[in-house]
Amino acid sequence: MIENQVVLDLLNKKFTDEIKNVTEPYGLLTFETTKDSIIPMLNDLYTSEYKFQYLTDICGIHYPENELQLGVIYHVHSLQFNKRIRIKVFLDEKSPEIPTATTLFKAANWMERETYDFFGINFTGHPNLSRILNVDDMVAFPMRKEHPLEDPNRIDKKDEFFGR
Amino acid sequence: MSSVNIVKAPAGVEGSGFFATKFDEVVGLARSHSLWPLPFATSCCGIEFMATLGSHYDLARFGSERNSFSPRQADLLMVMGTIAKKMAPVLRQVYIQMAEPRWVMAVGACASSGGIFDTYSVLQGIDEIIPVDVYVPGCPPRPEGIIDGFNRIQDLVRSESTRRRNSEEYQNLMSLYNIQ
Repeated sequence: MIENQVVLDLLNKKFTDEIKNVTEPYGLLTFETTKDSIIPMLNDLYTSEYKFQYLTDICGIHYPENELQLGVIYHVHSLQFNKRIRIKVFLDEKSPEIPTATTLFKAANWMERETYDFFGINFTGHPNLSRILNVDDMVAFPMRKEHPLEDPNRIDKKDEFFGR
Repeated sequence: MSSVNIVKAPAGVEGSGFFATKFDEVVGLARSHSLWPLPFATSCCGIEFMATLGSHYDLARFGSERNSFSPRQADLLMVMGTIAKKMAPVLRQVYIQMAEPRWVMAVGACASSGGIFDTYSVLQGIDEIIPVDVYVPGCPPRPEGIIDGFNRIQDLVRSESTRRRNSEEYQNLMSLYNIQ
């Protein structure tokens, strides 16, 4: 089992200024980086001696109170060393654009489509960035916090019956 | 051996060698006891429907021995379960493919109103896309509830005028849903 610090030292050789907010919740190495350095960083992790070659997940998150509201989170796994790390990238909500990871991982294709579908994050260079789970004619991005939780078409749920 | 019940003849005039009654009532009587249901089961209400079809509750007693899995040969569309918005065009297509006369039964809270799934991905009741004749409440309803809903459909079928589907009122109802 390799230590978190070993992975950090490896990345710090090249990305010292791009690694921020390093934490270790439950021992899982987690840090933030920028949208310009994420793909070179994933590339280096992929080709490094620790072989982070399995993309477990890409997902989105929305923090309306933050300056950079939208986030993309990458989970990568080294199967050989059984080591997992988590990388977060935060984006401006007005133009949420980030380069695609499909150049490195084929598995990123559907994950990025899902993140686009729910958060409206544009993965530039993606081969087919279209909705994957929701109906094609949906205009909103339903996992953003401004999206209403309840369906506005519903007429049987009157506020007075719910004490609001 | 148990006694066999058969339906009573409709009201009419009887005499030596003839019996006269209204055509509507004869057709309604026949239709109501040979409804072929199309089960559109998507979740737990569908499981209750399976029990309804089984030997204990035996929906076939009411003349629906044959479940149709082709909309062309079905009279009654039974929608049982949550209908996601992505499923809505499929359900609508199934309804459009059914031949007249056709009836629709919304079984359970989800099909009737969206139920607990008040969210962006779920259709808030199938009556947003197709007209519904009978709603069965419950989450899920017991087989007795489904049978009761089926009996209410039979009442509608029995009392329906043979000209209803050609009436202006019915055409207006269909145009509300942009069908035809």
